[in-house]
Amino acid sequence: MEPDIVRENNTLKQTTTEHNKSFTDESEIRMQTRNLSVHYGSAIGVQDVTLPVYNNKVTALIGPSGCGKTTYLRALNRMHDLTRGTIVSGEVLLDGKNIYDPSIDPVIIRRRVGMVFQKPTPFPTMSIFDNVVAGLKLVGIRNKNLLNDVNERALRQAALFDEVKDRLDKPATSLSGGQQQRLSIARALAVEPEVLLMDEPTSSLDPQSTNRIEELIHTLKEQVTIIIVTHNMQQAGRVSDQTAFFYVGNLVETGETKTIFTNPKESRTEDYISGRFG
Amino acid sequence: MRAAFNIHLADLQQDLFTMAEMVTTAVNKSITALKNRDMEGARQIKSDDIFINNKRWEIEEKCISLIATQQPVATDLRELIAVQNIITELERMGDYASGIAGIVLKLGDVPLVKPLIDIPRMAEMAVEMLNRSLKAYAERDDKSARLICEQDDHIDELYHQVYRELLSIMIENPKTITTSTYLIWVSHNLERIADRVTNICERIIFLVTGEMVENVAKYE
Amino acid sequence: MKTLRQRYIRDRIMVSLLIISTIIVLLPLLIIIFYVFVNGISALSWDFFTQELGSPGRAMQGRPTGLVHTIIGTLVVDSLALIFAVPIGIGAGIMLSEFPDHRLNPTLRVMNDTLNGMPAVLKGLLAFVLIVKPMGTFSGIAGGVALAFVMLPIVARSTESALMSIPWSIREAGLAIGLPRWRVINSTIIPAARFGLVTGMLIAFARAAGEAAPLLFTSFGNNYLSNHWTGMIFGPVDTLPQRLYSLAISPYSHWHEMGWAAAIVLLGFVIFSFLVARIATRQKFYT
Repeated sequence: MEPDIVRENNTLKQTTTEHNKSFTDESEIRMQTRNLSVHYGSAIGVQDVTLPVYNNKVTALIGPSGCGKTTYLRALNRMHDLTRGTIVSGEVLLDGKNIYDPSIDPVIIRRRVGMVFQKPTPFPTMSIFDNVVAGLKLVGIRNKNLLNDVNERALRQAALFDEVKDRLDKPATSLSGGQQQRLSIARALAVEPEVLLMDEPTSSLDPQSTNRIEELIHTLKEQVTIIIVTHNMQQAGRVSDQTAFFYVGNLVETGETKTIFTNPKESRTEDYISGRFG
Repeated sequence: MRAAFNIHLADLQQDLFTMAEMVTTAVNKSITALKNRDMEGARQIKSDDIFINNKRWEIEEKCISLIATQQPVATDLRELIAVQNIITELERMGDYASGIAGIVLKLGDVPLVKPLIDIPRMAEMAVEMLNRSLKAYAERDDKSARLICEQDDHIDELYHQVYRELLSIMIENPKTITTSTYLIWVSHNLERIADRVTNICERIIFLVTGEMVENVAKYE
Repeated sequence: MKTLRQRYIRDRIMVSLLIISTIIVLLPLLIIIFYVFVNGISALSWDFFTQELGSPGRAMQGRPTGLVHTIIGTLVVDSLALIFAVPIGIGAGIMLSEFPDHRLNPTLRVMNDTLNGMPAVLKGLLAFVLIVKPMGTFSGIAGGVALAFVMLPIVARSTESALMSIPWSIREAGLAIGLPRWRVINSTIIPAARFGLVTGMLIAFARAAGEAAPLLFTSFGNNYLSNHWTGMIFGPVDTLPQRLYSLAISPYSHWHEMGWAAAIVLLGFVIFSFLVARIATRQKFYT
């Protein structure tokens, strides 16, 4: 029970441990958007969102249905390129460079910014092993040793290796829902992204699987920066370091999660968090 | 998210022990200052009280954050509530120690009307009670917690004894009223410290069993 | 209690009506099969499967005659049609399904539907103009092209359908790990839809195998088996549907019998193709 006591000039000073070290340090920004807007024709998805995301931290995007959080998330890895008629304006900076710059190949961006979806989607015709290494095998990397190493690393990162190590050649569809979702996570991690986007990853899972994935996020953030969209506020509270509240396409408030949950600045934020609407 | 929560909880308890250490140090030092008539030391104790207060707010803020973000229930919830209550008690104990230091300053060089025997003993017992209660908290031992409450009766007895002694001294020699009164205040503070420890023990019992018990003192 | 009884009776009547309707629908098929079988079984012999047709004189004189060249010719022309129709049809199907926002798509769809609705005989005419006239001769290729026109819209439609049945989220998952679009289609979508694709091909094949009209003035027909395989591709070649027609309108009774036998073979061929398609769809399902 020894306290951290430092004697300085005969005075007793209590040093605090590292709690509450602020991460709002400019140099720690991994990804950020500046005035990002996404329109579908005349309908507005999100408008003018400027939001920094910090390195090795979990940022949660919360808000009622239709508030634009998923639209925002999908702009971060250029998924909107697929739907014609979607106009993205503003900047999305990854390590300082705008990912929408015409000289940049979206395929490369999507390797650096991975995504996990609400419903687990293992490739149905592939085995567990093939699913995990799909990001490498399907672009021509065939070295067996390398693939094995990547497979093991990714599955361990996703806390799935021990459960499937004896049946890596079985079809991926033979796994349970929670396992399939962890497989999807392993698949995304296999290509070593810098940022991992998660779109309501536990919405379709039972509480136990949800809990496992939340624990996973906690350990994973040391290796990747995570941005998670969730409609479950309590999950945002449990899992994230920074929370951003969206409402009707606008970013209402963002800040450290514990501040948002104990003392939010905006009344709309407070209303949403206390369950008064949405 | 149990792993993360448990880490935070462990952190919190470490902070709690730190704060308790600060309080025991303050109490012991205040009695030492009284014995040695150490003005400088007493001033130091009073100014250091702010660290105890700050620590309390720091821990409280963490408790609130944890409740808001982790939605604890059952034992986890009682843990956090217990921590919050214990630090309040500790903070008051710190204030009492500071009060004793204040009296040392007020007494100055004036000779004490009776030798200091019972008062240091009271302090010793109070500090011992506090340490035992923290041990009971760490070990989640509600039985020990109940036993500690019984020890409070001894301190109460000592207090009444000191009170009667000083009262008779005052009646005999009215010139000693100021000094005696100060000494009564010192022993009163020590008695209050012990009472606060029994509150902590009640919290420990609540934490372990979920029961709220009120400890009834022998002397009222 | 009375109404419960009434409902029960009504229920039974409805089910019976449904069964009767089904039987009525299946009856013509069974009648055809029976009729053809009864009339043609006598002409099915070893000679039938090993001899060429030759002149009418052969049949009348009792010399060996058969339809081996017709059977081989059918296989050749139908295979050629597959080779032409499948790559283009699957390509069109991929275009329609995977790139729904592409500018060309509405036009592509209209053209496909038009081709689908066009009478087969006109498709034969198209092949006549495009292949027979420039080549200066009837040929297996011309027949193949004509049948390809028949197969094409079916393959394209069923490919599109098979690919669309794969959830869109699989494509997103592929893209999200940094795979280029075409890789996602080739390596994840097409393998997942492969049974649907194969079924489409088989159904198109079965449909085209039975067409006679477009072959009448493209592959035209041949009473003899070519000496060299190139003769079948670059020269007139006999096919079952067209030969069946010729035999039926001929004045020779032996040829009539062989016509029935040809009908048996053709029917068997078509039914077999459909059966294989059905079995193919019954295999491995994924959730």
